[in-house]
Amino acid sequence: MEAALAITERNDSIAKKGRQKAQIKCDTDSVAGCVSQRACVFCGARVVLNPITDAIHLVHGPIGCASYTWDIRGSLSSGAELYRNSFSTDLKEQDVIFGGEKKLAKAIDELVEKYHSKLVFVYSTCIVGVIGDDLDAVCKAASQKHGIEVIPVQSSGFIGNKSAGYRAACDALLRLITPAEPKKIKHNNSINYLGDFNLAGEAWIIRNYLHEMGVEVNAVFTGDSSYAELKTAPAASLNIIQCAGSMAYLAERMESLYDIPYLRVSFLGLEDTVSSLRQIALALGDADVIARTEELIARESALIEPILASYREKFNGKKAAVYVGGGFKAISLIKQFREIGIEVVMIGTQTGRQEEYDTINELVDEGTIILDDANPAELERFMVEQGANILVGGVKERPLAYKLGVCFIDHNHDRKHPLSGFVGAVNFAKEVYSTVCSPVWNFVR
Amino acid sequence: MGLETTNYRNVNENPCSMCMPMGAILPFKGIEQAMVILHGSQGCSTYMRRHIAEHFNEPVDVGSSSLNEKGTVYGGEGNLKKALDNIIKVYEPKMIGVLTTCLAETIGEDVRRITIDYAKERGITDLPIVSVPTPGYGGNHPEGYFLAVRNIVEALTEKTTPHQKVNIIIPNISPADIRELKRILNLMEVEYILLPDISDTLDRPYEKPYTKIAKGGTKIADIKAMGGAVATIQMGITVADELSPGKYLADAYGVPLYNLPIPIGIENTDLLMNKLSEITGKSCPDNIKDERGRLLDTMIDSHKYNFQGRSVVFGEPELVYAVAKTCFENGIYPLVIASGSKNDKIRQLLSAEIELSPEPVEVLNEADFMQIRASSRKAGVNIAIGHSDGRYLTEKEGIPLVRLGFPIHDRVGGQRLLSIGYTGTAMLLDRITNTLLENKYKTYRSVMKKKYFRDSNKRIAGES
Ligand code: SF4
Repeated sequence: MEAALAITERNDSIAKKGRQKAQIKCDTDSVAGCVSQRACVFCGARVVLNPITDAIHLVHGPIGCASYTWDIRGSLSSGAELYRNSFSTDLKEQDVIFGGEKKLAKAIDELVEKYHSKLVFVYSTCIVGVIGDDLDAVCKAASQKHGIEVIPVQSSGFIGNKSAGYRAACDALLRLITPAEPKKIKHNNSINYLGDFNLAGEAWIIRNYLHEMGVEVNAVFTGDSSYAELKTAPAASLNIIQCAGSMAYLAERMESLYDIPYLRVSFLGLEDTVSSLRQIALALGDADVIARTEELIARESALIEPILASYREKFNGKKAAVYVGGGFKAISLIKQFREIGIEVVMIGTQTGRQEEYDTINELVDEGTIILDDANPAELERFMVEQGANILVGGVKERPLAYKLGVCFIDHNHDRKHPLSGFVGAVNFAKEVYSTVCSPVWNFVR
Repeated sequence: MGLETTNYRNVNENPCSMCMPMGAILPFKGIEQAMVILHGSQGCSTYMRRHIAEHFNEPVDVGSSSLNEKGTVYGGEGNLKKALDNIIKVYEPKMIGVLTTCLAETIGEDVRRITIDYAKERGITDLPIVSVPTPGYGGNHPEGYFLAVRNIVEALTEKTTPHQKVNIIIPNISPADIRELKRILNLMEVEYILLPDISDTLDRPYEKPYTKIAKGGTKIADIKAMGGAVATIQMGITVADELSPGKYLADAYGVPLYNLPIPIGIENTDLLMNKLSEITGKSCPDNIKDERGRLLDTMIDSHKYNFQGRSVVFGEPELVYAVAKTCFENGIYPLVIASGSKNDKIRQLLSAEIELSPEPVEVLNEADFMQIRASSRKAGVNIAIGHSDGRYLTEKEGIPLVRLGFPIHDRVGGQRLLSIGYTGTAMLLDRITNTLLENKYKTYRSVMKKKYFRDSNKRIAGES
């Protein structure tokens, strides 16, 4: 058998859309030696919490983990800049042998004294779980000592995959927002916006739309958020979730704890943006809001539709491959590509869930390859076999695409331009144009 | 009080280095048809792949044993063996490196034994599996790099008949630098074995069809023969003996070791050229002498501009030493010299220059960027030279950064930066000088105005 598919254990994670509904194996541990593109629990937790701008983010572990995640997201801030630092207890051999609790306690003391933050997140890494440092106890003591919140994030690298990290982050957030007296919370007719990390100002863009619709945003999880803002979260009347992979769990918990219903939205692409804004307006059920929303949609659509149409002409017959982190993003991308006249022929995710794969399977055309937790050998094989002209992925996938002579779109978390909302839909088409129609390909084909 | 406690601190604020296995991956990428597996949880290898891929703009495949909770509690032997199986199936490598991570080391995995057992069980005789213990907390990436080279040498070299080749141990320099070194060696007609050699593997040409492992890299047969070489030149003057591949070759096979700095700067390059002549009896060819002359010309052309530079140099010890020395040579006095690694040799080696420096020089050992930033601000540094994480100095203190070293993840072309030899030094100097000039031209109008202009300087129209 061909090398790319030599690992039979991977067979169930790869499907081809056909007459029969494809069941795909997902949300399991990566197969050893498969060069998975996935990150770890710690990484999942860090990327979710890191955009909280006025918190001290302290990595309890050896230096590498903190090094690789310093300023990891292009999350913008309208105020504090504390979150852009990477603090680490920089564990050394002797700390691993004798335990790192004392060092951690001192590290928290030093940082709190220096930066006067009201909020500290302490992330555990692989070895912390193994050497048995009692993170909870150290954080509790520090919290009492300084009269601030010091929240442990249980994110030892080996206790699952990135999704487990999302969950650890949500648990930390729940701890943060739990009010002293949960019963007394009154809902204030505003909404929380979950799962936007304000990459290139995306949360601001969506906030602006909502504002125009007459919808008050209470707290954003976690793009450009602050300690004080997040604390108010239980008072909202509705949660909307953009990145479901990271935030669905938090939304579910908030529904049961505080009676806040939630709505899944997506602001990737014109179609999803329009339908999401409508859903939000309908959910709030205010006639005025609905009217203003329709105005906004009409105006913005009229502005961008001709632009998208002009790009569409240029993309005749192109085929796309998608390999991204979450399932919801993958679903949006299928629609978004369709909007600009491009068919998706291969699609996969790192952390997609069964129901998301079901939706993907419904959306794509016959013959499309669907894969979970793909590796470079598989990506290479299917991009070539399916005749993909363009790949959407993160930093690790980019050089592979280029080496294969395939165009590339960055959908990673340090991008510098927004891909959300109406603006984002145009940016996306523009980016596709910049790669698909570059003269460079004349020289290599 | 020993140095260990001097540098001990409770919190590292913005790291200036990465962890051991990261450094250890790179040498394996410079060996023909080699693959690497990290024994630990999935994240370590993903992060490192991301960093390396971004720097070199090349696909970087690194396996992981993807240890989960079960493996952590009951031992990861099964996972590692499975990882080896799968890597062999998909990549068909000629050699495999197995590196540990924090996790594997902490739970006490005996990787050497596991890999030996594995080879026995599978009846593998012609596929070297080299293991390297690289706990993330055991040192930083520069130490991981040399430890990996040393382990490769220890595992592969054999007693061989003496030959005329010179071993050259390459530190973490760019593919372009390695190609430049080969050009010099070829011009001089020196026979050599370079280890490792990422010049093709991490800077490969666009070509079809794509291969999973890039062509190029040091041949395993060449590594085996290193014990019979006439000499070893190791660009590892700051490297501790226990990490030194050259020292091992000297001890085990009696190959004379010459530890030299990376040939950046005129003196450092002279050292290399002279040593090569001394070892081989061949003289420096005329065209290289011309290049030396051109470098001198470059230095003279720029000396006044350079003299306005006061630098901070940071990064891997070996590179920091060579670059700091070059700064001294050119009057771009380095007022802050910093490495994230624990390495006392930098200061020792530069003591003469530090003594003669017109301004005080601070050498930071095991530094983080918070310290580097504070020292740079205090010293009035106006140019930074080092890897991408120094962009923080630009952003927060307005100190422009000349990118050099690893990783460069916010610009393209880290793999194409040429900085060694007479020609490379001239190119590096131009990058530095031009950055100083750019900054000067950008600001001198406003600086002068702020300094000297007062309202009284303005003659009111019609009054004269
Ligand atoms: S410091 Fe340790 S756990 Fe963190 S990335 Fe490095 S090897 Fe992995």
